[in-house]
Amino acid sequence: MKHLRRGMRKFFGLFTNSRTEAEMNREMASHLALLEEEFLRKGMVPAEARRQARISFGGVEQTRIACREERGLPFIEKLWADIRFGWRQLRRNKITSAAAVLSLALGIGSCVAAFRLIDALLWRPLPISGASNLYVLSRQMTGLYGRPAEDGHWATPAFKLMRDAVKGQADLIAISDADRTDITWSTDDDTEKAHVAYVSGNMFPLFGLEPALGRLLTPADDRGPGLNPYAVLSWDYWNHRFGRDPHVLGRSVHIGDQTFEIIGVGPRAFTGTENGTITDVFLPVNVNSFATQDNITWHRTFLMLNPGVNPATVLEPLRQHLSAINRTFEGQCSECLRGMAQAEIDRHLDQKLVFKPAGSGISDLQKDYRRFLGVLGLLAALVLMIACVNVANMMTAQAAARAQEMALRISIGAGRRRLVQLILCQSALLALLASVVGAFFAAWSAPFVLSLVNPPDNPARLALPADWRVLLFGFGLMLLVVLSLGLLPALRASAVRPVAALKGGDDPHSPRRLLRGAIALQIAFCCLVLFLSSLFVTSFQRLQNRPLGFSTDRLLLLETVAGKGQLPVVWNQTAEALRAVPGVDSVAISGWPLLGRIKINSDISVNGAPPSSTPAFFLNVSPGWLSMMKIALVSGRDFRLEDTSPGAAIVNETFARTFFPGQDPIGRTFARDANRPPNKIVGVTLDIPDHDLREPNRAVFYVPFAGIDGKSAPTVENFATFVIHTNTQNALALADSLRQLIAQRHNGLRVSNVTTQLDLVRDQTIRERLIAMLAAFFAAVALLLAGIGLYAVLNYSVLQRRREIGIRMAMGSTRAGIVRIVTVDVFLMIALGGCAGVALGFGAARYVESLFYQVKATDADMIVLPAFALLLTALVATLPAVLRALRTNPTEILRAE
Amino acid sequence: MPSKEKETIQLRQGTLDLIVLRTLASMGSQHAYQIATRLQQISDRLLNLNQGTLYPALVRLEQYGWIKGSWGITENSREAKYYAITKAGQKALSEETERWRKMTGLVERLLQEEFQP
Repeated sequence: MKHLRRGMRKFFGLFTNSRTEAEMNREMASHLALLEEEFLRKGMVPAEARRQARISFGGVEQTRIACREERGLPFIEKLWADIRFGWRQLRRNKITSAAAVLSLALGIGSCVAAFRLIDALLWRPLPISGASNLYVLSRQMTGLYGRPAEDGHWATPAFKLMRDAVKGQADLIAISDADRTDITWSTDDDTEKAHVAYVSGNMFPLFGLEPALGRLLTPADDRGPGLNPYAVLSWDYWNHRFGRDPHVLGRSVHIGDQTFEIIGVGPRAFTGTENGTITDVFLPVNVNSFATQDNITWHRTFLMLNPGVNPATVLEPLRQHLSAINRTFEGQCSECLRGMAQAEIDRHLDQKLVFKPAGSGISDLQKDYRRFLGVLGLLAALVLMIACVNVANMMTAQAAARAQEMALRISIGAGRRRLVQLILCQSALLALLASVVGAFFAAWSAPFVLSLVNPPDNPARLALPADWRVLLFGFGLMLLVVLSLGLLPALRASAVRPVAALKGGDDPHSPRRLLRGAIALQIAFCCLVLFLSSLFVTSFQRLQNRPLGFSTDRLLLLETVAGKGQLPVVWNQTAEALRAVPGVDSVAISGWPLLGRIKINSDISVNGAPPSSTPAFFLNVSPGWLSMMKIALVSGRDFRLEDTSPGAAIVNETFARTFFPGQDPIGRTFARDANRPPNKIVGVTLDIPDHDLREPNRAVFYVPFAGIDGKSAPTVENFATFVIHTNTQNALALADSLRQLIAQRHNGLRVSNVTTQLDLVRDQTIRERLIAMLAAFFAAVALLLAGIGLYAVLNYSVLQRRREIGIRMAMGSTRAGIVRIVTVDVFLMIALGGCAGVALGFGAARYVESLFYQVKATDADMIVLPAFALLLTALVATLPAVLRALRTNPTEILRAE
Repeated sequence: MPSKEKETIQLRQGTLDLIVLRTLASMGSQHAYQIATRLQQISDRLLNLNQGTLYPALVRLEQYGWIKGSWGITENSREAKYYAITKAGQKALSEETERWRKMTGLVERLLQEEFQP
């Protein structure tokens, strides 16, 4: 008790120091006066009385110090003194300190930002109960072109079979991707976009989620189309769309051709299981018409182990059991296997069901950006390390310059521990300042990078809270920085031998050895950053400059839907009406845009043979589409109005080479399945990248937009894209009036999405552009920091060796000789560091190969470019020091000694 | 460390606290100079300590909450800080006195045993 009270007083004493100090002085002064009076009374002369009083009292200053130590916390007070001293040191070299803080802040901020993104996308557990018991099911199989593929999507009937089979051991949950969907809140045609996910009724209860308002979906709600058409909103959507209005309960929302009633709002933290997308509306799985189809795989399947079971013993038997059920389902699914040759059926059924932990959510964004974020983290860490080496160098140089001061302190009795504390304090101050600035940088940069991740009209969204995970990471990082900055200089400084230092002749080589090592390290890191960024930038350039083979100029795309479908004639009339609008040059129709999200492959059967194992992709287009897209015809003709599908087809060169090798394809026929009517090839076009810029060109065929059924009657189309060639550069300017024009025709057509062909091409390269941009940024920073570091170290070394240089000059050393002794080890270190960096680069490049487009780490120009940049920087950075060395005046130096 | 003056004794750690407490308990509120003078009187100048040595002990005791200081005026009208023992101080004094007695009794017994044979 007494120690607690005393501790408290000591602690609070820290803040009231000056007051108690003054009081103590007062008390002692009065004590001395009383003593003095006593001696005066005894008949001493005043001077003697004062002397005797002092003798009786003892040392006033010692008493004062003894009281201070008794009263306060001497450790903290010393620390405080060190911090103030460190602060004065930093302020003495304002520019150097500011540069140090800024470079560290950039490094720390980048690392924290990268961590925030990585953590939010890949590591952070979902805010649900039992996240560690959650797995996702997927099938590994042989995919298109014989490549290994993994499919995480399942047909609902298969899901139900599997769910019933594991009852009692685990629960299966179906959750669809949160697709951007047209929804309507009012009865008029005022549609908007929302991310709608279909979830099985057991999801909310199994995840242990509580509603923020109303109630959540239950298994009883998940029965089928039209039955219990209930919807739950996410908290985020409720917040930004309705301003948290509680009256949203009971409102109805139209999605597709169904109407749903809002019954509740989910908990605030839960944004869905698909990282990168925030779900707006949750609907029951069974209301979707896909839920009854055997051959449509459309939702993910999650497995939630019952609490308390041991995953190690349960998972494998479960996996085998589910695998068997899946195989049976696939084997009996007649729709899935229709028209397949036996070999292909065997290949298709050769699936491996696997479980993967899904406690941190599961999304395509994770797959696409895992490596990307790894690279981002690596680059940020490297820049931080370069900055650390720089600042550590600076502090070593400063410490060496203060060797005399240190020696003096040690010889008058300062403990070496105290000296280490002094320097660590200074580095902690630097790190702390840098962390504060870095926190601001991270707070801005993480959302900024995230906003560039997806196309602007559908940005990636992640919750990026600054919670204890981020704080802990930041704190750990800061600690690491403090140690890496301060430890070496601190140990060096405390190892000062006072006698040698005070005489002015400490070993001149030891700090330089350390600094040389630092240069090599820094150059290695810098080289690695440059090497990687040159790979990424070249990748992006090659991807961007890939010849398209079609035009993107002034092309507006109206992605249009027709609820229950409309006949081609309606679509054509609408196109005709659009053509009449001023500003529109011409209009064509395609099923979907090139390089958009949709790709549909089809089996190809030539001469009634079973379909080939190589699929081809198709697109239905109206006459005039090819010429509008400026896709060159190699031979044959474009479609005419009377052409129908099936009936006529135009193929690309790869298609012709694949299915009609060595033959003239014009006039030949193929069918899209063994039992379907034939298509006659009327034209051949050049290859174009139709779906993915990164992929090689594939076999593609075009069919007329006008489809007919078996009885030659026209078939309806549910969706298509009007491709509009405008005569203004800004094609989007026309979008609103055209959208209204279509709506006013009241023929069931509605524009769902507006974009331009140019934007679609740009969207293809988003990831590559982003990583090239970030890599170039980090490379520039790394180069700048390495240059500054090199300059500082060399400058310092010339200053240190000016005596030696003076003597050499006096002894007749040539200028070339002086330059050589000043620079030779530095360039040796640069060469050493560069080699190490390239070696590291080869290793790193192998890990991120999947992010490259047509570049290889072994390409000579990938190494030449960074090497050149590095050499140039080194030359510029060493020049001032070399000039200083050459300007050394030997007489002056030697006289000063 | 042996003292240079054979006549005087070195104070052991903690004994000064006890002495100060005891002085305050018997003499009432006192300032540092009075305590020092009193100490010298009763020790018959055997205990020759610098008066300044009192101060850390006073700080310590005040932090324990055993004594409390307040400013006052001496009889020859000088200001001085008077220290008085608190209730907690009274209790601590009796405990410490008990402990001290036990300690010295034990040491005394041990010393006698050693010298008897």
